[in-house]
Amino acid sequence: MSVASEIHKLRKRYPDPTSAVLPALRLAQEEHDGWLPPEALREVADALEVTPAYCLSIASFYDQFRLEPVGRTLVEVCTNVSCALAGAQRVLEAFERELGVQAGSTSADGRTTLGTVECLGGCGWATVVAIDNRHRLRVTADDVSGIVEELRA
Amino acid sequence: MPEHPQIVFAGTNGGELTRIEDYEAVGGFAALWRARAMAPDDVIAELETSGLRGRGGAFFPTGRKWAFVPKPDQLPKPHYLVVNADESEPGSFKDREIMLRVPFRFLEGCLIAAHGIQSQHVFVYIRGEYEREFEVLRDSLEAMRKAGLLGDVTVVVHRGAGAYICGEETALLESLEGKRGQPRTKPPFPAIAGLYAAPTAVNNVESITTATCVLGLGGAEYAKLGVENSTGTRVFSLSGDVVNPGNYELPHGITLRELIYDIGGGVPGGRELKAVIPGGSSTSVLTAADIDVKMDFTSLIEAGSSIGSAGVIVIDDRCCMVQLGIRVSQFYEHESCGKCTPCRVGTRWMTQILQKIEDGRGSQVDLDLLLSVCDRIMGKCLCPLGDSDAIAVLSYVARFRDEYQAHIDLGRCPFDGESSLAGILAPSAMHERHGHETVHV
Repeated sequence: MSVASEIHKLRKRYPDPTSAVLPALRLAQEEHDGWLPPEALREVADALEVTPAYCLSIASFYDQFRLEPVGRTLVEVCTNVSCALAGAQRVLEAFERELGVQAGSTSADGRTTLGTVECLGGCGWATVVAIDNRHRLRVTADDVSGIVEELRA
Repeated sequence: MPEHPQIVFAGTNGGELTRIEDYEAVGGFAALWRARAMAPDDVIAELETSGLRGRGGAFFPTGRKWAFVPKPDQLPKPHYLVVNADESEPGSFKDREIMLRVPFRFLEGCLIAAHGIQSQHVFVYIRGEYEREFEVLRDSLEAMRKAGLLGDVTVVVHRGAGAYICGEETALLESLEGKRGQPRTKPPFPAIAGLYAAPTAVNNVESITTATCVLGLGGAEYAKLGVENSTGTRVFSLSGDVVNPGNYELPHGITLRELIYDIGGGVPGGRELKAVIPGGSSTSVLTAADIDVKMDFTSLIEAGSSIGSAGVIVIDDRCCMVQLGIRVSQFYEHESCGKCTPCRVGTRWMTQILQKIEDGRGSQVDLDLLLSVCDRIMGKCLCPLGDSDAIAVLSYVARFRDEYQAHIDLGRCPFDGESSLAGILAPSAMHERHGHETVHV
């Protein structure tokens, strides 16, 4: 099914179709390799009868929307207080070493984007690492090489 | 904790009740049938009797909140129940466990609340990062629809997209309307003009789930749990430098000492307890000398803090309190929506001053400036986000003044790179490192 027809289905869940902008952008992002190029914003805008600029104003506000290309896999390490106390920085540095990429950037082969993220709501299971939005809990620096191996498989 | 009554997590035996037949087997949906046999006002009265107060952080009486919603004949617009499942307060991770382990009790509470405020439209706004929780709610809702439990009520689970500010109720409503999540001026309050300018009750996940328990037990019975002004149980989130982190449902009024040592197993590695953040990162820090405080609304205010979202972060003696200030301030700086200048500029400025002090470049003037910037944020914005940063950092300075002073006097961090927070890379600092700097100040 096309993105446009999916968005038309989403619209019906809300009294005001503009309410569908977050789920619509999420859908468009999934269809466009994890980010929102201008054509994705146009698709959402057309389906919801708003302007592409409006969609951009929304996409730029929320952290989960990306306006630049990302790797096929997204690795995000929580570095908020509880994870930091549990050793999140060592986890992050282990990912930097194993992936050969600095936090905030994408590997040269375009496979993996590594970054830090604000509190993911898993403070009691620190360190929390989100891999394509799926949360790995209680990750230690020692776990990282195994995780990276798994990602490469 | 077998010796403590389990209310929110009743019947789980430490596991989860994610199949509708398992939930029904432990008496699930009896509270809903009871509520639906009652007049809406009687449901609200039951909540008032229970003394239940909001579990999201503001501790506003739930029954009173529902009573503020006009009756349909007084204000003939659609009425909305909006559930705040945007849990994002650092230190808090209870709503997530509630949605994962007792999703039906939570959704049952949504239907009870909808009956109480005479609404046929429920929106659950769940943070975008909660993928599995979203799937559990979606599947549970489908099971309830098939079982014919929804009646004439529609429930939409709406996903956020990464913005702490959307936990503030008016920002949440803006976001749900498809806008940037920026707080509104109040009044009008959501009860009168909320979602789509219609009467709206906004409640936290734990509050709504507890409403099911109140209707199940009866308000008077529920009020016997806990202490005066803070009835019932609370799902405390325990994290940081503690042996057994996790969520623990305990009656209000348990002491912080019991929570950290008896329940949490104390501080690991024989380290010394240094500080405790009792209610999520927005609340004032307490010292090791304060931990005999009871974990209830009034006692924590008397101790100079607040219960907030009951997210308890335990901090041992390896942590530099200036670095803690930086990391907390970076969070609020990152999450400021940008609408009010004191918050947008002030939180960033706070981070910069704190960094200067940490780097050993700070003078006495900088410490004064830091306090002055906090003062110029507090109470001057539409929502409490900037205030939260100021309250937190002011408390670190007030309670660990000697440590802040030592950074200035020594011209370096006394921890010499050995603090447990040393070198931690916040998202805001990561963006700056990669030149994704946005316009500021």
